[in-house]
Amino acid sequence: MNALTPATLYLVTAILLILIGLAGALVRRNLLKMVLGFALVDTGIHLLIAALGSNPNKSAPILNKESLLGDPSLILDPVPQALVLTAIVIGIGVTALMLAYVIRLFAMRQSLDIRDFGRLKW
Amino acid sequence: MKQIFAIILLLIMGWFLLGLVPLGQPTEPGVVAQHYISQGVQENRGANLVTSVIVNYRGFDTLGEVTVLFLSVAGAGFVLRRREGIERRVNRPSSEILQTGARMLFAPIVIFGAYIFVHGHLSPGGGFQGGAVVASAVMLLLLADRGHHLPHGFMHWLESMVGFTYVMVGLAGLVIAGSFLSNQGVLPLGTWNRLFSGGVIPIIYTLVGLKVGTELSSLLDTMIDTGRPDHADNSEGGTS
Repeated sequence: MNALTPATLYLVTAILLILIGLAGALVRRNLLKMVLGFALVDTGIHLLIAALGSNPNKSAPILNKESLLGDPSLILDPVPQALVLTAIVIGIGVTALMLAYVIRLFAMRQSLDIRDFGRLKW
Repeated sequence: MKQIFAIILLLIMGWFLLGLVPLGQPTEPGVVAQHYISQGVQENRGANLVTSVIVNYRGFDTLGEVTVLFLSVAGAGFVLRRREGIERRVNRPSSEILQTGARMLFAPIVIFGAYIFVHGHLSPGGGFQGGAVVASAVMLLLLADRGHHLPHGFMHWLESMVGFTYVMVGLAGLVIAGSFLSNQGVLPLGTWNRLFSGGVIPIIYTLVGLKVGTELSSLLDTMIDTGRPDHADNSEGGTS
């Protein structure tokens, strides 16, 4: 592995977050903790995409100075940032929907344990 | 046993993820991104290229994204609709500090959110972020005053009108410039780095901000509502 640059650190952290979140969703039995695991996967993916487009030598894609207008090589790639912005919003929506399901399931059985909802399991 | 399977699965997945990611060397913008960077300011006069990508180049996707957010909010509202089975919590009225603080902070937070989505084409931020800030103000209000109800009729009307106007702006682009959500010739583009610049970009981002704000607010209202006692025995709740 190369020297530990910030970008490498972001990428490794992002992958760790994804794995921790997946582990939470797979191993935990509490529905709320599973939702939390999915939210962690979400965050990890956002960090991964943003880190892929990061470069410490370039400026953020906001061209509000004259000096930034001339030279395209000074500017970061705006596409990963736009993708992450989209993904964050969708992530909020999905998490909210999952939490709504959890609330309903709790109202049904007074339990948050996934083993109490095994009727559709085969 | 299952946990061992999970750990093995995660190790394999982590190995492949590490192999996929180019560690160490920064990536260069692709062909499309190069076009955005070199031509974005000339084509849209918006200083924030991320906003230009989201609202103009990929404006159609943003319309879809707002729809997805609406669907998830509608789904949550549908799932939480019936309340007879939900455990009722006995709510105490919130503390004096929270109530006073919420009354003081509500208007500044909403104005800050509006500032963020109006300046989306100039500085970091935009409709989604500003909408989330507005929804956080509504959440403060709902937490401070347990008996408070959002005006649902008005919220739904505003949300529908905003979505309708978004599509209308897109259709104006289709009629005038020949492509849906086009920015050329619909409105004057203005001068770069001024508030009134970027053609339809600030208008669309303001609409997106209003839509995200109302959607997240109704979502919070739905979720808080399910844990609330019946309104009949809620005599202490509405103090303001």
